[in-house]
Amino acid sequence: MLNYVLARLLTFIPTFIGVTLVSFSFIRALPGDPIQVMAGERGISEERYAELAAQFGYDRPIYVQYWDYLTGVLQGDLGVSFVTKRPVWDEFFSLFPATLELSICAMIFAVALGLPAGVIAAVNRGKFFDRALMSTALVGYSMPIFWWALLLIIVFSGNLQWTPVSGRIGLQYYFPDPTGFMLIDSLASGQKGAFLSAVRHLILPTIVLGTIPLAVIARQTRSAMLEVLGEDYIRTARAKGLTPARINGIHALRNALIPVVTVIGLSVGTLLAGAILTETIFSWPGIGKWMVDSIFRRDYPVVQGGLLLVAVLVMVVNLIVDMLYGLINPKIRKR
Amino acid sequence: MSLLRIRNLSVEFATASGRFRAVDGVDQDVDEGEILAIVGESGSGKSVSMLAVMGLLPWTATVTADEVSFDGQDLLAMDAAARRKMIGKDLAMIFQEPMSSLNPCFTVGWQIREALRIHLGMGRRERQARAIELFEQVGIPDPEKRLGAFPHQLSGGMNQRVMIAMAIACKPKLLIADEPTTALDVTIQAQILDLLTALRDETGMGLVLITHDMGVVAETAERVSVQYAGQKIEEQRVGPLFRTPHHPYTAALLDALPERATEKHLPTIPGVVPGQFDRPEGCLFSPRCKFADAKCKAQVPPALGPDLGRARCFYPLNTDERVAS
Ligand SMILES: Nc1ncnc2c1ncn2[C@@H]1O[C@H](COP(=O)(O)OP(=O)(O)O)[C@@H](O)[C@H]1O
Ligand code: SF4
Ligand SMILES: [Mg+2]
Repeated sequence: MLNYVLARLLTFIPTFIGVTLVSFSFIRALPGDPIQVMAGERGISEERYAELAAQFGYDRPIYVQYWDYLTGVLQGDLGVSFVTKRPVWDEFFSLFPATLELSICAMIFAVALGLPAGVIAAVNRGKFFDRALMSTALVGYSMPIFWWALLLIIVFSGNLQWTPVSGRIGLQYYFPDPTGFMLIDSLASGQKGAFLSAVRHLILPTIVLGTIPLAVIARQTRSAMLEVLGEDYIRTARAKGLTPARINGIHALRNALIPVVTVIGLSVGTLLAGAILTETIFSWPGIGKWMVDSIFRRDYPVVQGGLLLVAVLVMVVNLIVDMLYGLINPKIRKR
Repeated sequence: MSLLRIRNLSVEFATASGRFRAVDGVDQDVDEGEILAIVGESGSGKSVSMLAVMGLLPWTATVTADEVSFDGQDLLAMDAAARRKMIGKDLAMIFQEPMSSLNPCFTVGWQIREALRIHLGMGRRERQARAIELFEQVGIPDPEKRLGAFPHQLSGGMNQRVMIAMAIACKPKLLIADEPTTALDVTIQAQILDLLTALRDETGMGLVLITHDMGVVAETAERVSVQYAGQKIEEQRVGPLFRTPHHPYTAALLDALPERATEKHLPTIPGVVPGQFDRPEGCLFSPRCKFADAKCKAQVPPALGPDLGRARCFYPLNTDERVAS
């Protein structure tokens, strides 16, 4: 197992370098640079521009800039935001809990609904529920997030006034945030109504962000279950006189989980990409919104550093998923 | 009264290309403590007929029968919940592929204890003790350690012993073993058959042994039912069946036994069991029968009397005249 993990870590190296290259060139490929953006409408004199460019090091050849960036990264230095002057690293970790909280909630939402839906669809293959569910999943999968979010906002925030439209908590609440997770901090604060307010702020973003993973998980669970249900050991389970609930929910689902865990792992990337849009729509102060704002400000270090950290995160999650396989199905451990 | 009693059992499958009758009017009786072998080539409907008794056929199957009763209870009238209380407890079944018949995600001990908990409501300690006892009974060495193993860590023979232990966990009255040794090495085959016979002697349960191998029949069975293309075509006690088979198909199966071969090459029955599309008119065996004539090809032979093994044949072998002649 240790060897396996080490081998996997080795394959991280080229991916890692690739990500630094992409994130470095992506932001520079956009028209405009940080100095122009900072200057704004007023414009800036040629001399002052050259002075600032020299100060930030943008007058040097591009490969020298990249090399500086890469060596900095390898020493754990992601640079300092042009806008806030705070280290990228610090900003990331102060905003990350918000994104993590939203992503975890979206994943729980997707798994909690997607797994049972997929199981029920497989068990009732070809019947009404199956067809209805799979068509819904297809719609959910192909729906533009932006449009879906607006629809939910119009109905639940606009017409019904059930949920707030933006932020993580009502403005009247203020309390320290030791964990950065609003659900936990609001509970810990002991303020009346704070937790409920946090929950209500979470509902729509969670649904919006969780919809695509939900559709993917439901479909994958269904197809994995259909395969497993034809296996000999399912016939054995039936021959034991077990109830259908036990056969489907324990004997079959446990085996069907492998491909499902795979798509859950793969969804983490999708989820972080979706978080960027979702956070922007709902003014959710997480790394997604942070990065979008930084792109508009041409805040090079933040965009580079943020993309890199997100990519590393996705790689680590995929490694964890790989190790989970062995836990779910001991037969795979043998390899 | 017999433990298992089947009258006129038929099973039809709805397939993409129409209906297919896999079991056709089969009668069967199994007494308490008896070993009945059901023998026939692959595709004869042996498995399907017993899966119908267990209620394990897929929804594409339609089961009809005049009677299917077990231990005095009418299985046809029983609802799914009542049947679940009975199968795996009083009526158990094991299968051909021990490796794939056990769930790869759970230890074999877990799978056995599950049966004990569901049917007998045993407590944790009691279950573990009984599981160890069962492993000892089926001859698995070092039971405590083996209970913690996953199926892929055990050999095929060991897994079949696990399957048997699981099947007899609740002391069933009848065990149906569907080709229990077909997937195993020859030496292991004999061990498993000996184990099944010994368990029958010990517990007094009835045993239905499904096989395509007349050698297995000779070793194990007391009474034999020969099935062909979904029909029961002959039935006798094992001694008389081997000495005086009445149906040409039974005779052909026996001729194919290695120890009976007179020539260098083993005689085999030419052709295959008819399936959905090549079901002949008249006698189902007529395309492959060396005694077939025009009548055989045109008319369906009825089952003869019990003295002739209820053979479905116009020209039964080893009738008194023929034996005399
Ligand atoms: N689920 C099914 N759907 C359609 N046909 C089936 C199904 N199961 C079995 N059959 C057919 O029924 C016939 C009898 O099968 P089976 O009872 O398994 O034979 P045996 O056990 O004697 O080898 C075969 O022709 C087989 O193809
Ligand atoms: S009825 Fe005719 S074809 Fe059929 S088994 Fe008897 S002799 Fe052969
Ligand atoms: Mg079979």
